[in-house]
Amino acid sequence: MHYHFLDPYRPAKSVLHTLDPRVKLVLTVAFILAVALAPTAAWPLYTLLLALAVAAAVAAELGVTYALKRALLALPFALAALPSLFTLPGARLFSLQIGQWVLTATEPGLQRVLSVVLKSWISMQAAVLLTATTEFPDLLVAMRAIGVPRLLVAIFGLMWRYLFVLVDEAIRLIRARDARSGSPMGQGGRTVWWRARVTGGMAGNLFLRGYERSERIYAAMAARGYDGEVRTFPQPPLNIGQIIVLIGGLISLGALTLLGIWFW
Amino acid sequence: MVKTTSQEILIKNLNFSYPDGQMALSNVSLEIQRGERVAIVGPNGAGKSTLLLHLNGILRGDGRVRVAGLEVPGASDGALRRVRAAVGLVFQNPDDQLFSPTVFDDVAFGPLYMELPPQEVDRRVTRALAWVGMEEYAGRVSHHLSTGEKKRIAIATVLAMEPRLLALDEPSAGLDPRARRSLIELLCTLPQTLVVSTHDMRLVQELCPRTVILDQGRLVADGSTQEILNDEVLLNTHGLERP
Repeated sequence: MHYHFLDPYRPAKSVLHTLDPRVKLVLTVAFILAVALAPTAAWPLYTLLLALAVAAAVAAELGVTYALKRALLALPFALAALPSLFTLPGARLFSLQIGQWVLTATEPGLQRVLSVVLKSWISMQAAVLLTATTEFPDLLVAMRAIGVPRLLVAIFGLMWRYLFVLVDEAIRLIRARDARSGSPMGQGGRTVWWRARVTGGMAGNLFLRGYERSERIYAAMAARGYDGEVRTFPQPPLNIGQIIVLIGGLISLGALTLLGIWFW
Repeated sequence: MVKTTSQEILIKNLNFSYPDGQMALSNVSLEIQRGERVAIVGPNGAGKSTLLLHLNGILRGDGRVRVAGLEVPGASDGALRRVRAAVGLVFQNPDDQLFSPTVFDDVAFGPLYMELPPQEVDRRVTRALAWVGMEEYAGRVSHHLSTGEKKRIAIATVLAMEPRLLALDEPSAGLDPRARRSLIELLCTLPQTLVVSTHDMRLVQELCPRTVILDQGRLVADGSTQEILNDEVLLNTHGLERP
């Protein structure tokens, strides 16, 4: 079976792969919530949460570093926390002079930034593990089962289905451009401005194709009776073992959160 | 006027133009009996797909369209739903037809919208996939399939609705010879009334005893496939060639 390079799913038969997607989804969201609720500078608590994430990665037979590396993708978003380095009051670390502005970094500011970066990195690992051990269609079923609005789930489903089609279409466009970007002298390529315009045209082309495709898909849905209501199969109930895993996981994460609130 | 009960499709003086004013069908009249296999041939842009989209009310032009005993234009929501259950429309590009995360979800889509109980939906999905020889693909993701496989599953998605009539748009487009051959064999096994829009004249020859030529939105010929395929002048005039 062939997997698209964009598909984060890594097939295996581990404990985590076989766990019910609903349980995995709830535990992942609970884990991310527990990480988000952990107070600033609660370093031992972060270590515990990180250990949990790494243990899960090992249980999923993905190797220790897999999720650690992939989760780094979230770091650019954590930069949004950077201003708090200078805005929190406290002991002065260093000052920067930009024109007539003086920015003073403080110790609580530094702790806040490091905490945010670390927390987003740990949260991201849980999401990476969830998508690496659960096939996306199962994840959609799980979202529906735990009460995510059906229309939203249907949109995720369509996005997932057509993301690949769209990526393939974009790759074909780029290939077609490259195939005609030759020059007998081995030079040329014109100006950056011109090339940017070509790329803009390609993006517009892709958009129009996507738009037309959406009309055809809607016709295909309507032809099979779609009436705006999203209908799906009922799900079987969880078995006792999975309920135990779910409750056990939730209690542990709740305990970690309380630990954080009491001690820091 | 009394009509026999075996009449499956009646189209009378149908006109349709797209919102941009482009005329797609002009004064088309056509009658098809139950169990017939009819090919609609014609050059690109002749209005073949547009005509198929009228069969279950996706498009509604001026004129009379009666399918499976139901008047399509001006149909109530309930009647429209019955028409859509009676007519299985297979689109040209299977990527447009297969919009669900897995093959099973796609084949189950129609039956689910028919409000069938879950066991019945399950049974129909299994049967439809078995009919097209794709039983083992239920759990697969459509994106990873070949065009021929997608095509078969696209047909299963409408077979699961157990329609009386199948309308296929360019069923053999983009298939390699082997996939095309096995598709034709599959279509020959289907008991439903078939309306096939195509310019694959060999498929027409093998599958459909009757052929209709559409050119620039007009119905220019309607007769036995053998006669039409032998009329080289007629075929050439309308941008077609003999198989």
